[in-house]
Order: sequence, then structure tokens, then C-alpha cells
Amino acid sequence: MATNEISFRPGILAGAHRVRWTRSLSYFFLQYRRTWVSSLASNFVYPTLYLTAMGVGLGHLVSAHVGAHAATLGGISYLSFLAPGVLASSAMQVGVQESTYPVLGAIRWTYAYVAMVASPLRVTDVLRGQLAFIAFRLLLTCGTFTLVATAFGAIHSPEAVLAVPAAVLCGLAFAAPIAAFAAKQDYDGGFPVLNRLIVIPLFLFSGTFFPVHQLPTVLQWIAVATPLYHGVALSRSLALGHGLTWVSLVHVAYLGTLAALGYAWATRTFQARLAK
Amino acid sequence: MQTADDAVVVARGLVKRFGDFVAVDGIDVEIHRGEVFGFLGPNGAGKTSTMRMIACMSPKSEGYLRVRGLDPEHDGSLIRAGLGVVPQEDALDGELTVLENLVVYGRYFDIPKKDARLRAEQLLEFAQLSDRAKTKVEELSGGMKRRLTLARALISSPEIVILDEPTTGLDPQARHLVWERLYRLKRDGVTLILTTHYMDEAEQLCDRLVVMDHGSIVANGPPRSLIEEHVSKEVVEIRLPEENYEQLTLDLGDRVERTEMLADRFCCYTDEGESLLSYVKSLGYAPISELVRRASLEDVFLLLTGRSLVE
Repeated sequence: MATNEISFRPGILAGAHRVRWTRSLSYFFLQYRRTWVSSLASNFVYPTLYLTAMGVGLGHLVSAHVGAHAATLGGISYLSFLAPGVLASSAMQVGVQESTYPVLGAIRWTYAYVAMVASPLRVTDVLRGQLAFIAFRLLLTCGTFTLVATAFGAIHSPEAVLAVPAAVLCGLAFAAPIAAFAAKQDYDGGFPVLNRLIVIPLFLFSGTFFPVHQLPTVLQWIAVATPLYHGVALSRSLALGHGLTWVSLVHVAYLGTLAALGYAWATRTFQARLAK
Repeated sequence: MQTADDAVVVARGLVKRFGDFVAVDGIDVEIHRGEVFGFLGPNGAGKTSTMRMIACMSPKSEGYLRVRGLDPEHDGSLIRAGLGVVPQEDALDGELTVLENLVVYGRYFDIPKKDARLRAEQLLEFAQLSDRAKTKVEELSGGMKRRLTLARALISSPEIVILDEPTTGLDPQARHLVWERLYRLKRDGVTLILTTHYMDEAEQLCDRLVVMDHGSIVANGPPRSLIEEHVSKEVVEIRLPEENYEQLTLDLGDRVERTEMLADRFCCYTDEGESLLSYVKSLGYAPISELVRRASLEDVFLLLTGRSLVE
């Protein structure tokens, strides 16, 4: 019987002295293999629906109205204005979605993180692997969105491809602090609140659908302070082929700082949760 | 610090605090290569906290701790490379297959995929799960999941395997299968550290054990010598009409080491069970039921940690 051949003499395979977050990433990829078809399909369907309804349908009305005041949208079609806004907003939504339930689930329900920290992986390797996977999901979502938007004729310049990494950065600026928050939760009750208080208001008022200077002054200031405003503005200027200006560098710095602070906070909350 | 050369775990004055709560209150433990070492104790005694510190999954609050000769504070990752952990909650991914669970775990140890796969297949044979390799884990029974968790802990050929309640919730057949597999590991020189609620399990498996209560070690030694040290060789359990118990205690006097009155029976701890029972009968008592048995680890456990429920 083969059972008799197996040896448990210690030290045959042990010897992982190098520590890398790529090893935890391999788990998330393995897990993703189960759902990638439906996930990728929705990556195509969702932007198609959005750009048809809002960009083409509503956009027709808007363009007819704006005609006289073309400067409001910077002299472009509503579809071209909308597409990069929805790109950044989708990145926010995917960033939030991927850093809430999957993180709490890996702590509370599947214990996937527990299994990892019992191995040579460190808590930071778990966190880095998780965030790297979220970045991958963002890249996939934003990439397919940009392809669909191009098919709709909303993209005019090859430089627009830069909007993809910009949107990924926007998604990470949400994902990192929210992963930190999720690691502190005992139940998922806080997540719908997060959605109602942050995701939906930002989606509506941070410049996705209309320029924020349409808002009353006070609301404008609030809108400009939100991360999504910077994500939308950055993606839009890149998508419209304006290239990197000093304003866009401010957006990058804002989003990068938020992501970095979120990562630092998550390092603490993950440590507190997984290495009590 | 003077320790045996083959000590794989050395703890001195080890403390674990959670806020104001002291879970582990300054324990001394030394575990040697190749032995099966048990942590026993009621819920909340500090067993799991101790195990987590040894597994380098939880930082100590105070004291001295070395595992595989290294300091968990600085070399946690390196130490864990030589450990296999069977956590209380299996921590298996229910939606992945049995084989996938093993292979991906091998990745965490940086074992090349081909080697991990080969090792996984051998381990499935060992855990009697070969025919389930492609089954999703959520479809497995509790006993199978436990065996899979044990197999997973062995993927890197660890020096020490740490098992937190390895057989809790399993039926007798499944428990015996796990025990038999643990003997195999011991035979190959693996050090096993386990916690358990089952005294028969501890008596069967452990070379040495400690009994913990309220974060401290209250007894320490091989199971048989703990029994000899703390209780008599035999126990006589008798049931009498309740009003007789008090008189019987007086009548027995010094003939027994200790008596204990429980709700449904009267226990006498003695080295000569049969002769004590004859003596009781010769005094004119007519027990409703009677039993003479060997004292067990359970008697030691209840004596040291009390009979009141810990919840």
C-alpha cells in the first residue's frame, strides 16, 4: 500500500526561507478561477448597459440641450464626458466590493487568512496578496470597460489608455482603507451603511454625471474633497487626451496618499485581527 | 538557560494577556523532539492561547519562548516553515477541491507545484481521501475534513505538528483513524503537540502532558504517573439511599484516601477496590449499584480543575 511509502521524517520539503506575498496571491487566483467567467461577463454587460442608457439615451437629450452652451462639457459629447466618469466610479465600486465581504469572509467565514498565517506567510504577505488581487480585479474591470467605451465611440485618443491605471489607483484608494475597516468588523452590518453613506453619494455627486461646478458652491467644495472626484477628474483628463498636467499630478498624489494611508491602517487592523 | 539538547519548545514564565484578562499566567514548559505532548484543561484554561504562541501565530505578552531553537518574535516565519498546524476551525476552503486545498497550501511554503502535487497525492492516500481528490471540500463529512486538515498540516514535512482539539466532534471510528495516523507520525519522529477535552485521548496518545486551569499549569507529567500522584489506583462507585452517605463517610474513616459525594453516586478513592467494597457490605450497607474501576486521567482532571461547569 502506498501509505507505507510516505515518510514523515521532518525536513523533506520544509525550507521556505524567502517570504513573498505572491504566494498568498496564488490562493486568490485559484479562488477566482471558479467565478472568472461570470465576473468577466458582467465586466462587459454592465458598461454596455450603462453607456447605452446614460450615454446614448440620456446623452442625446443632454447634447440637444447643451448645444447652446457647449462649453459646459468642454465641447465634447455627453457620452465622451460620461465614460471616464463611470470608469472611475466602477473602479470605486469594485474596490469597495472586493475589500468588504471577501476580507471579512476570509477572517470570519472561510478562515482563509487563518490558514495562511499558520504557514510561513506573514500578516503583511496576506494583506499584500489581497490588495494585489484587488488591483488585478480592478485592472480587468477597467480594461474591459475601456474596450467597451471605445466600441461605443466614447474614446478618441490612444492616450486614453492611461485612464485605466488612473482608475485602478482610484479603486485602490478606496480598497486599502476599506480593507482596514473590514478587518475590524465582526459582522457585515457595516457594509450596507458604507454603501449608502459613501459609495452612492460619491457616485452621484463627485462629477461622474455632470461637472461639479454645476453644484452650489458649498457642495462643490465638499465634492472636490472626495477621493472619487479626483479619480473621475484624473481619468477624464487622461481619457480626453489632455495628458499629465500638474493638476492631474495633484489627483495622483491625493489618491496615492489615501491608498498608502489605507495600507498602513490595514497593516495594523490585519495584525490586530490575525495575530492577537 | 539550561535546557535539554533535544528541546523543540522551551517556555519560561510565558504570559499572554488580552487587555486586563490574563489568559496564560507565567507557565514553564519544555517539549522534547519526538514526543507527544498534551495540553489539557477546561474551556478558558489558556490551552489555545498557549498553542497559538507556540505556533508563532500570536505574540507573547511576557516571558521566554523558543521554538525550534528560535525566537518567535524575530523568526516567526522561519519557525512556521517547520510547523504543521491543525487549527480548531479547519480553515479549509469549502469551494475548492480536496486536492486544490492541499496544493495551494504547499504554495504558502514555497514548495514547487509539481512536488506539492506529488506530496498531496501521497497525503490523500495516507488520510484515506484519495477517491475524494476532486470533490469540493464542502461536500465532505466532519471526519474527512479533519483528516484533510491533518494532511494539509503535513504538506511541508514539518518537524512539529500542532493540533488544537484534533478529534472534537468526530464519531468513534473517525477518532480512532486520526489516532492511528498520529501514531504513524510519531513513529517517523514528528513531535506532536495537542490540546484535547478527551481524557481517553490524552491517556492513549500523550507521552507527557500538562493540566492547565485559569492560565496556570496545575499538573505535569506522563499520564500514568499523574494518576498515581494525584489519585488512588482504584475508584469504587456505589449508589445507596441518599440518607446513608453521611454515615458511610464516617464509617470508612481512614480506610479510603478520599471520598466524593455526587448527585447520583458515592465515590471512594482507594488502592484496594474490591476489599473496600466487601468492607462496605460487611457493615450492612446494601448498594443499589456498585462499580470498581481503575482510576483514570479523568479523575485527576476533575480533582484538579473541579466539577463546576466552565462556560
